[in-house]
Amino acid sequence: MIEGAVWRKWVFYNIPLILFVFILLFPFYWMIITTFRPDGELYRPWNAVNYQPFWTNNPTLDHILYLFEETSFGRWMVNTMFIAAVSTVISLFCGVLAGYALARLNFPYAGGLGTAIFVTYLVPQILLFIPLAEIIRNYRLGDTPWALILTYPTFLIPFCTWLMMGYFKAIPKELEECARIDGASRFKAMIYIILPVAVPGIMSAGIFAFTLSWNEFLYALVFLSSPEQKTVPVGVTSELIRGDVFFWGPLMAGALLGSIPVAIVYSFFVEHYVSGLTGSVKG
Amino acid sequence: MALVSIRNVNKVYDGGVHAVKNVDLEVRDKEFMVFVGPSGCGKTTTLRMVAGLESITSGDIAIGDTVVNNLPPMDRDIAMVFQNYALYPHMSVFHNMAFGLKMRKFEKAEIDKRVRDAAAILGIETLLDRKPRQLSGGQRQRVALGRAIVRHPQVFLFDEPLSNLDAKLRVQMRVELKKLHERLGTTAIYVTHDQVEAMTLGDRVVVMKDGVVQQVGEPLELYNTPANRFVAGFIGSPAMNFAEVTLSGANGKLWAEAPGLKIGVPEPLAGRVNGHSGKATMGIRPEDLHVAGPADPAELCFEVEVEVIEQLGSEILLDTRAGNSTFVASVDPMLRTKVHERLKLAINPNRLHLFDAETEAAI
Repeated sequence: MIEGAVWRKWVFYNIPLILFVFILLFPFYWMIITTFRPDGELYRPWNAVNYQPFWTNNPTLDHILYLFEETSFGRWMVNTMFIAAVSTVISLFCGVLAGYALARLNFPYAGGLGTAIFVTYLVPQILLFIPLAEIIRNYRLGDTPWALILTYPTFLIPFCTWLMMGYFKAIPKELEECARIDGASRFKAMIYIILPVAVPGIMSAGIFAFTLSWNEFLYALVFLSSPEQKTVPVGVTSELIRGDVFFWGPLMAGALLGSIPVAIVYSFFVEHYVSGLTGSVKG
Repeated sequence: MALVSIRNVNKVYDGGVHAVKNVDLEVRDKEFMVFVGPSGCGKTTTLRMVAGLESITSGDIAIGDTVVNNLPPMDRDIAMVFQNYALYPHMSVFHNMAFGLKMRKFEKAEIDKRVRDAAAILGIETLLDRKPRQLSGGQRQRVALGRAIVRHPQVFLFDEPLSNLDAKLRVQMRVELKKLHERLGTTAIYVTHDQVEAMTLGDRVVVMKDGVVQQVGEPLELYNTPANRFVAGFIGSPAMNFAEVTLSGANGKLWAEAPGLKIGVPEPLAGRVNGHSGKATMGIRPEDLHVAGPADPAELCFEVEVEVIEQLGSEILLDTRAGNSTFVASVDPMLRTKVHERLKLAINPNRLHLFDAETEAAI
């Protein structure tokens, strides 16, 4: 907090904050208003007399109904949810174990291995999807959810591993040593002491992994083709942009509904999330 | 209850650092043994080797009759208290203390009884439902102690357990630790860098430096007859005064000389000097210096200039200079003197120490 005169607080704290919040939330507002605006208003030219871009007097649910009746949006939501959940679970499981091993077990080349895992995270997806497409084809996984469930961990596991590695390193070593003197094996010490203490870190890794897979576009676009199998980002953009015609109302409705689950996940775990990323372990 | 024997133990870390060199000593049954030394002297490494948290490069460590070199920590029947307490943050005080018993599959009723007994001894019965973060530093320290004593281990290991407490609490916990040890009678190894803690707690004290044991002995033994210059300077506060002197014989008497200083070395110390080189280090503790009176023989007196006066109430510490040597003298609190004043100090002849200039061993 900034102490001192009221004007200082406004200039250095309140006004920048308000600006920031405005900039961040305006796209959401635009999404919401477009979702509920009838087509007649949406395509009204800017120099028309009754042009009012920031408000509508005739809200409508037409676009949302269109989304559910004319497209497979419901299916896309289910697909996305399933793919994101399963790949998050896989990545968390591997990431937590690998992170623990790299942070705590002093095996030869642990440092080099850690760096190698990080480097795989740096390989651009846009290069990786070509060999991955080959693999997906060979295993006949194309156009199934498993194509994504098994490819998302290629970038989620390095991410989770690194986040967890940092978090495990911040946990005092003595906690584990004390547990081992108390009679716990290394594995039990991990299960009973280290993992419960690391819950904030695991949660933030999980939320991040979930969000990344929820929003992922490229692999979903390449590996899935039939409308029934698509995820929300791909489905919305491929089915609601036809040629050069943008169906703005349903597009925005899809984007809005698609961001709701992620928003809910975040709001539930926001406290853990913050302490997980700032790496604070209270002893 | 058990003795701990450490036989020719060495520790060389992967990077080639030789942290512990040929440590060879025995902690007797029910003894409170304190390891003391500056940081990096290998005391904590030695403790961690006893605990099984570090591997032993060579040598043997036995607890009771069992050589424990290759036993994991859980099988050594020890309990350890860490400097940062290492309380499990997600567990209540009760579960923190019960964890070790649960891991060893004790029955619920027995766990409950032991935890409550330990809590009663430490005065933390009312805190059992709290989480560690709701406790003060002193309370956390007690919980950490409680977690160690519920197990009734053969040996307690303490790794600087008081150094995170404030000065007042540290003194109080020191007394409680001593009482606790008398009550339980368990063999204890205690590591600290604070020589006051070492002197007050230890039945015997091990002084270490650079991975080498310098001296093992009872606190007063270390204080009165230090084995070398390092021990002499490390034990005691304010520290012993040292002056580089030249030894020479004249008129059938041995003299220790430095600029502004000429002291007649008394017997039997003078008799032991034979064979040592002309150079030596003279050591005298501040309380063995006093302002010279008419009864003090001239050969034990020297003139100094007062540089700083530290009034402590119960005594005055005079920081003085004689030639290029400085001396701190603990003198009568009633003494009235001023900075830059010159006065004569006399030494207590029975308490003079000489150390070989090269080996630094006591003469």
